[in-house]
Amino acid sequence: MTIDQHTQHHIVSYKKLVGIWLALLALTALTVAITRVELGGYKVAGALTVACAKAGLVIAVFMHMKYEGRLLRWLLFLALLTLAIFIGFTFFDVLYR
Amino acid sequence: MTAHQHSDDIGAKLGMWLFLFTELLLFGGLFLLYSVYFKHYPHEFAAGGKQLNWIMGSINTVILLTSSLCAAMAVTAIQCNEARRAIGLIAGTILCAAGFMAIKYIEWSAKFAHGIYPGSEHLKSGPMGESVFFSLYFITTGIHGLHVLIGGALLAWIGVKVRTGAVTSGNFILLENGALYWHLVDLIWIFIFPLYYLIL
Repeated sequence: MTIDQHTQHHIVSYKKLVGIWLALLALTALTVAITRVELGGYKVAGALTVACAKAGLVIAVFMHMKYEGRLLRWLLFLALLTLAIFIGFTFFDVLYR
Repeated sequence: MTAHQHSDDIGAKLGMWLFLFTELLLFGGLFLLYSVYFKHYPHEFAAGGKQLNWIMGSINTVILLTSSLCAAMAVTAIQCNEARRAIGLIAGTILCAAGFMAIKYIEWSAKFAHGIYPGSEHLKSGPMGESVFFSLYFITTGIHGLHVLIGGALLAWIGVKVRTGAVTSGNFILLENGALYWHLVDLIWIFIFPLYYLIL
């Protein structure tokens, strides 16, 4: 291999991975805690916010997105935007029918 | 893809991510169905959700997060030229997958024992919303479970490749992509867990 692609690879340390795992466990405990008490409508919003934070950590560090180039990041953004559009537009219909 | 001189790791990873986006949209569609029906049948969904065991759901969440950690560490291990450790970590991921499926089996069996399965008399005679809830529960966790099985098999195959030396510190894109697939399985569960087990 003349141009070694692997030298561009970012190696994520074990320590960092374990740190993220601990954060994910803490966030899991947090969602369970906030959904066991009666918060009404905030329960759904709270649980989904924590879920998004967890998903962000998994994508950024476990899936190495933080260390990827612009192409993959934009594609991820596009995929999430598509998801947001089809969920958002469906709700325009469902809520205001 | 594994040809040494002409491998295109960036292309392989791009292809994997594009595939993962389609998976995201597949599960996105299921979550959309969930949210629209939740809006239609809030009480029936709440009644259905209370019948799910949130403790088992929490245990499975911890198992999947741990499996994801193992998969991510396996990638680090192979990059650091620690093949033996990588194999151990892949085995750990697969062990977690087996644990997850065992708990899923217990959960589903308990539901079946109570006459709750798609098209059952119990659900047909009950309120419409509850039937919709459990149909969505079975299809979402079913497709997710299928992904767990496929991911586990994929990682087992990759583990053998690491052992035979086909996947090394100089050529680990297969393990990297396998791990990406595994993280997606974890990612989907991160949303299934609060939606079905917690907020209702």
